[in-house]
Amino acid sequence: MATTTAAVGLVDVTKRFPGVLAVDRVTLDFAAGEVHALLGENGAGKSTIVAMLSGLQQPDGGSLSLAGDKVRLGSPTESLRAGISTVFQHDMLVPTLSVFENLILGEPWWRHPDRAGVEARLADLSRDFGLDVPLDANAIGLSLGERQQIEIARALLRDSRVLILDEPTSMLTPQGVEELGARMRALAARGLAVIFITHKLGEAYRFGDRISVMKQGRLAGSIAPEVLRQKDEASAIDEMVHLMFGADDRAAAPKVRGATPDGPVRLAASRLCVNEASDAIAVSDVSFEVRAGEVFGVAGIDGNGQKQLAEVLAGQRQASSGTVMLHDRDVTNESVGRRRALGLRYLTDDRLAEGSVGSFPVADNTVLKEIGAAPFFTGGFERRQTIAEHARQLIARFQVRTPSETTPIGRLSGGNIQKVLLGRELSGDAGVVIFNKPTYGLDLQNIAASRERIAAIAAEGIAVLLISTDLDELIELCSRIAVLDRGQIAGIVDNDPAAHAAMRQTIGRLMVGERLVDEAA
Amino acid sequence: MSLVEAADGAVKAPQDRPSAAWRSSLLTTLGPIAAAFIASGLVLLAVGENPITYYSYVFGRGLFSSLGLEQTLTRMAPLLFLAAGLIVAFRAGIWNLGVDGQFLLGAVAAAALAPVLVGTMAPWLVLLLGFLLAGVVAAVWSMVPALLRAYQGVNEIITTLMMTFLGVSLANALVKLVFLDPETTVPQTRTLPVADRLPRLVDTTISSGLLWALAAVLLTHVVMTRTAFGLRLRTVGANPYAAAHAGLPVGLLTVVVFAISAGFAGLAGASEILGVNGNVRSDWNPAYGLTVIPLVFLARFHGVGSIVLIFFYSALLIGSESAARRLGVPQDFNLVLVSALLIFLALAEWFDHRRKTKGR
Repeated sequence: MATTTAAVGLVDVTKRFPGVLAVDRVTLDFAAGEVHALLGENGAGKSTIVAMLSGLQQPDGGSLSLAGDKVRLGSPTESLRAGISTVFQHDMLVPTLSVFENLILGEPWWRHPDRAGVEARLADLSRDFGLDVPLDANAIGLSLGERQQIEIARALLRDSRVLILDEPTSMLTPQGVEELGARMRALAARGLAVIFITHKLGEAYRFGDRISVMKQGRLAGSIAPEVLRQKDEASAIDEMVHLMFGADDRAAAPKVRGATPDGPVRLAASRLCVNEASDAIAVSDVSFEVRAGEVFGVAGIDGNGQKQLAEVLAGQRQASSGTVMLHDRDVTNESVGRRRALGLRYLTDDRLAEGSVGSFPVADNTVLKEIGAAPFFTGGFERRQTIAEHARQLIARFQVRTPSETTPIGRLSGGNIQKVLLGRELSGDAGVVIFNKPTYGLDLQNIAASRERIAAIAAEGIAVLLISTDLDELIELCSRIAVLDRGQIAGIVDNDPAAHAAMRQTIGRLMVGERLVDEAA
Repeated sequence: MSLVEAADGAVKAPQDRPSAAWRSSLLTTLGPIAAAFIASGLVLLAVGENPITYYSYVFGRGLFSSLGLEQTLTRMAPLLFLAAGLIVAFRAGIWNLGVDGQFLLGAVAAAALAPVLVGTMAPWLVLLLGFLLAGVVAAVWSMVPALLRAYQGVNEIITTLMMTFLGVSLANALVKLVFLDPETTVPQTRTLPVADRLPRLVDTTISSGLLWALAAVLLTHVVMTRTAFGLRLRTVGANPYAAAHAGLPVGLLTVVVFAISAGFAGLAGASEILGVNGNVRSDWNPAYGLTVIPLVFLARFHGVGSIVLIFFYSALLIGSESAARRLGVPQDFNLVLVSALLIFLALAEWFDHRRKTKGR
């Protein structure tokens, strides 16, 4: 390691957001002359690391280092001045300006743009790295691949020493991915430190010299260049899957509560499809059954159709084909309110933007799904005393910490808002409860309490569908786990307490796009 | 929209810490009013008028002369109907800034219908039909921004404002081309005889439209704050995603809000025509709507607060109309006062918001 110098690094860095520990004591070096692939699921902390290196966020604990020295990157300008350029996932070009204008953006306003100089340097870049930059084109008319090339060219024109590429391959064609890979290798060969953020394991292996894996804000492990060179692709991917989805050594062995119950089927989806929408990928051909007293898990990397599945089950999204059965009754075309009346409850993953109305008092939020219904309303009028009494009972029962039931819910912490929403969903006759990432962003104490509650609900005979990106949570609670990948069920795995390690490996592989062997047969 | 959030906080806060919150909302209400009068007084000084003479004349005329007070109360009717519509829209998170166009089209509709019907049916029925048609025409006019907002997500601030220009011009064209009274040389609609207009309140010149308008504001206040329907509208306004999550038909409720809000603007137009003017003259556009908006904001969308503020504003209008004749200060000075009020209101909200977030 003595030969490589760290161009930039993190030293024991911690970053918190309200209710969320995004990066937890991470120490990581990025060496000059290397492509360093940074892997991890959504929410693992990759983007927060990018944001800190590019000066958009400041660490709460620990520090950043630049060529071995401690450094503070207080703003994007300081980060650029330190020689760190970032190509973000969504391009940062001004669409109405020409490419040339975009390239010189950020230079001092009093300096006359040096067109000839830029052209000369671009000619070099074009020769060395195959960058194709049409200076007079408008940025708006270019393809995503072309825009990405311009952003890389901009970084090189600034003489950057560190180039961060945040999920650069997510929108490229396979051919574009290969070109970008070759370009990254060429840049590293010139002595740049290239930080390549991705969640695709194959790309990490093919383009990376060194691979680091983030998991829930922590550094799960790294594969050094000399180790990586000796592995073939399959065994390298095995190692990465193990780092991403293996049991957390620091956590105590999970208590397994999932038992396979033999109660009646309460919720059944059959060949369920949802069309692709502007905000959502398609869900296709999803079938499963959840029995009374069972916790049925849905695993998957975030954004693989979990939310659409939950919404189509709850009635918030229209199914394009297939059926949803609730207690042997076809509810595919029933409204949200009707399904709720039949005992179906949906706890959304977005407790602030969707689950609650921040400016409304806690009391109003507890009856938000019962507006107009007895006993909280009679003859269309609110019964304030009844609503307040209901809210006070809910606050006591679910140990919500709030000054009073009249406090606007937006002032409570994430965990307490979650308790109010949970209380709302469990009030009345709940028969089936869908939990979408119920513990996301909560602190450890609230996570444990929430999991206790989910297990208790199932023990009462309620059918529970638990959508989660946290494999430990699913293994702790579920009897069976379906893995969702690109809107399809890649496989359903029985929770086998005797073979957790193998099961994690299977689920991890299903999550990243492989299919069970017996399914192909 | 920090102004709105802050306003919401001010409405809700009293339940939390009564005295401090009340003081704060009094400060953010009376503060801007005082500041606006002082700043506008400086403008008067700059053009060589004595502000004290002017203000005392205006309020003496609008509040303390019996005829002036009656005119003030009569003028309140259209302003209150407009306020009722704005309270519904603003509490439901819809920024209907097109009330002036809706008002004028309602007025023209009432003026076109009522004089024709006179003598064919009972007078009260004529008035009722006039009001109904005005409300319906205005509501239909608002459907363009309503449907765009509800189903395409087009920002209604822009569409309603643009529709106002169209609405004002259309109303004018209708007066000059379609509903022109052939018996007069002045371009105007047929005139509803004084005897057939809204009855006056006992022994005064106050139009009974005032009572209906007061009822409208109080009714909307109760509906928006106490009923299931109002809570549905407020939920859609405060967080449409939460509303959809709770199973509310967000698009439909949005359209309903537009219809109610514009409908009240139409009723405001009808009350002015069927209660006071009797006809619509060409190029008539009192532009009440844009001046009622700041008042409703100042009252934090509260019904009773709006009534109080509109009473004083109405007195100001009546007083300044007289002052324009007597003291030679143009009536447009009102706009100076109202715009100053709006600026100081925003400033007060900003300071209040900063103070609160610092204190937390």
